[in-house]
Amino acid sequence: MSAPLPPDSVDRRIMRATQRGLPLVARPYHAIAADLGITAAEVMARINAMLAQGAIRRIAAVPNHFALGYRANGMTVWDVADERIDELGRLIGALEFVSHCYRRPRRPPIWPYNLFAMVHGKERADVEEKAKRIGAILGDAARAHEILYSTRILKKTGLRLAG
Amino acid sequence: MNALQAGFPVLARPYAAAAKAIGMAEAELITRLGRMLDDGTLTRFGPMFDAEAIGGAFCLCAMQVPADRFDGVVAIVNAMPEVAHNYERAHPLNMWFVLATERPELIDVAVARIERATGLAVVALPKEAEYFIGLRLAA
Repeated sequence: MSAPLPPDSVDRRIMRATQRGLPLVARPYHAIAADLGITAAEVMARINAMLAQGAIRRIAAVPNHFALGYRANGMTVWDVADERIDELGRLIGALEFVSHCYRRPRRPPIWPYNLFAMVHGKERADVEEKAKRIGAILGDAARAHEILYSTRILKKTGLRLAG
Repeated sequence: MNALQAGFPVLARPYAAAAKAIGMAEAELITRLGRMLDDGTLTRFGPMFDAEAIGGAFCLCAMQVPADRFDGVVAIVNAMPEVAHNYERAHPLNMWFVLATERPELIDVAVARIERATGLAVVALPKEAEYFIGLRLAA
């Protein structure tokens, strides 16, 4: 991806008009255009440009995992030897059942883990089985791990522009 | 829902195009989307903005919230526009939220504001490397 470009004022107005969601009407881009006082062609051109640039990842429906029956949402966290984490992180991130995989700082003593791999399952047993497979790949490079299950979604809105 | 996780078209009548691809009428797709948003099956439908691609930042944060203060702290944290997601997790660090800001330096500002408003320490865990983002859930 190229260097970040701050959105100009029209892009920002489009972002603000759609951050709560795309209008559920037959011509949603026309509806946005009417609100902003610009043409639908300009709204669509700017949205396409933001898609191409990466400012919009995609236009999509975001499912509620719990509502879909993926009741077990396990954040598996591991304390992995620093000299091996990048090599092993790439292997873990490539697993089809890992949706997100990141290296983050440890915050001792409260937080000793530096590798995060998010695993979703219908049941906790599914998540535990998948965590075992991650553990087998990490081997003795991982000194400790835990699985943090989410018990409630408290908020899920995505990015909001301030002001 | 599966069809709409991949990418929604940018056309004059995008619902008509998306509906046609799955053998549905435009009006039915719009009605069903509205119903799934209302009943919580979908948390959102629309453009997914990437804070980093517009020069902003994300930061995962965790807090250890006493049980008897949990609801009050949820209200304070959720009221902040910078908080994009917030989950309760079964762990001594029981509240996990993601800050998304338009500029990287605003992460620290938001962390300080949450600490001041709640009187609790925020453990900030910014991403140092990303190994993959992929999977979509089959509905």
